Amino acid sequence: MEAIRVNHITKTYNEGKVKAVDDVSFSVGKGELFGLIGPDGAGKTSIFRMLTTLLLPDKGTATVDGFDVVKDFRQIRNSVGYMPGKFSLYQDLTIEENLNFFATVFDTTVEQNYHLIKDIYVQIEPFKKRRAGKLSGGMKQKLALCCALIHKPTTLFLDEPTTGVDPVSRKEFWEMLRRLKEQGITIMVSTPYMDEASLCDRIALIQGGKILSVDTPDNIVNTYPDRLYAIKANEMYLLLKTLESYPDTSNSYAFGEYAHATFKNNDVSELDNYLSSKGLSGIEIKDIEATIEDSFIRLLH
Amino acid sequence: MRTLRFLLQKEFRQIFRNRAIVTLIFVMPVMQFLVMPLAADYEVRNINLAVVDNDHSPYSQKLISKVIASGYFKLTGYNDSYKDAFKLIEADKADLILEIPHGFERNLIREDKQKLFLAVNAINGTKANLGGAYLGSIIGDFNADIRMQLVQQPRFSQFPVIEIVASNWFNPVLNYKVFIVPGILAILVTMIGGFLAALNIVKEKEIGTIEQINVTPIKKHIFILGKLIPFWVLANIVFTIGLILARLIYGIVPIGSLLVLYIFIAIYLLTVLGFGLLVSTFCDTQQQAMFIMFFFMMIFILLGGLFTSIDSMPDWAKLITRFNPVRYMIEVMRMVILKGSGFRDILPHLAAVSAMAVFLNGWAVLNYKKTN
Repeated sequence: MEAIRVNHITKTYNEGKVKAVDDVSFSVGKGELFGLIGPDGAGKTSIFRMLTTLLLPDKGTATVDGFDVVKDFRQIRNSVGYMPGKFSLYQDLTIEENLNFFATVFDTTVEQNYHLIKDIYVQIEPFKKRRAGKLSGGMKQKLALCCALIHKPTTLFLDEPTTGVDPVSRKEFWEMLRRLKEQGITIMVSTPYMDEASLCDRIALIQGGKILSVDTPDNIVNTYPDRLYAIKANEMYLLLKTLESYPDTSNSYAFGEYAHATFKNNDVSELDNYLSSKGLSGIEIKDIEATIEDSFIRLLH
Repeated sequence: MRTLRFLLQKEFRQIFRNRAIVTLIFVMPVMQFLVMPLAADYEVRNINLAVVDNDHSPYSQKLISKVIASGYFKLTGYNDSYKDAFKLIEADKADLILEIPHGFERNLIREDKQKLFLAVNAINGTKANLGGAYLGSIIGDFNADIRMQLVQQPRFSQFPVIEIVASNWFNPVLNYKVFIVPGILAILVTMIGGFLAALNIVKEKEIGTIEQINVTPIKKHIFILGKLIPFWVLANIVFTIGLILARLIYGIVPIGSLLVLYIFIAIYLLTVLGFGLLVSTFCDTQQQAMFIMFFFMMIFILLGGLFTSIDSMPDWAKLITRFNPVRYMIEVMRMVILKGSGFRDILPHLAAVSAMAVFLNGWAVLNYKKTN
């Protein structure tokens, strides 16, 4: 059975003027680590809020663990864990108090489900008497995860858990998610970072409220249809301009210190000369593997 | 029940960790209680009087000293012309001008008749009214004295005279503090309960913690109870402190039963807290909640009979006061504390406040949505 099923869900704001989620459908299998990848404002948070029964969809249906998000909201609230993008625990309560509070609210105790949070909790345990408001960003994140896990949810919703967290903590956080997945918990996570996409089992690329593609990260990369080239020259701006004017270019964009481009007929034999003729030097052309980000950019065009 | 207990524990912890709030809850009412009844006084004193004495006679001197000796007036100008005196009014240095005409004494004795001129600065209506009335009665008194001295009284009055002597019940010496202290206590309890309840839920909305609460299986009524009870308890404590202070500082001991007072307070607080909760369900930020609460508090206080008598309000205003919980609270406070009213006397008030409590809390629970 699927853990999450979303059928043609639509959500608009401002009386229909803003379409936050536009006819979105996807499903997440049990025990899967599913990523919702997209830029800010793509509609990720709206989808999360609808699945956690905080927001009512305008159209379409969705189920979590087989429960309808509108009709069976009570069961869903009992069985899911939600970590909103904004830190929303009680800042004036300590780590320990927050954890106890959320355990009680779900009618359980910390001891009962300690095994679930143990790996994470030991890292923040030395500071358990500290108020949540005084914790660092990474520690706050860990505490929020503990609180979302303490009632042994079947499904975990994490809305941009790594936004604003340093690279080391981000890596650690994804490690933790891996281990939780091994315990059989379905995890749906959203992130604006493309590099985190490859850590998911499957991802949905989302933009402007619409799903562009749902697949495994490998498949998304492998089905990249064209040959992709990374091009470097002494002047980045001129290079991009020149690539745009090159008649065979089908798509080109800046990507770090390189420009990435695809060409009609996948032919780059004339490109070097063309670039030199436009006054560029130090030209370097490499045939490369596409990344998720490249796929995403291609889907946007 | 276990959930409710933990909610309460959490709420009290948060309140007592917030130093500023604890100070506000306990110190502010005490300060207000110490200062307000002394300052907010209806009796008009220190009325600035300018006298234009055109007579300079013993009688005019006698009149002036009689006016000053009353204690209500302060002689701020002794001028030779009305024009000079009027300048004092313009400069806000005088509220009243008393002009004694030339030949005051002579005419009074020879012709048994004299006129005085009184000009009142009516910008401050109360002060002008009362000042004018005080001065009028002092002059009337002065007149009676003169008649007593100059006119041989016939053995029996030629005109039938009814003398009226009033006896003031429940506040025999018309001490203004006795009247205002129970009212101020009512307002304090209302403010503490109403504002804290309104701001509390909105704070959870603002910080985002409500989001986390909303995805939990907590029942709406449990959550709302968890918010009501702490402030109910705190407001009761503030009320008790107020009663003790009223006794220690102003010597006001409730004549009626404390039990009746506390029964009423218990229900009344539910109304006030319910109102605060209702406001909070409509607001997204503490700023919004604060403004709405202030708006209603103004109405509640001004139409509550704290300073102005409800009986002298126009009919439409009287109708509004029927929906003002503060009005019932102030009335009951005065009834029980000053008059010694019993449970039966306050039953109509209790019924009104109970109905409002049910209505406001019911609406608040219905309006608090866990889902948008």
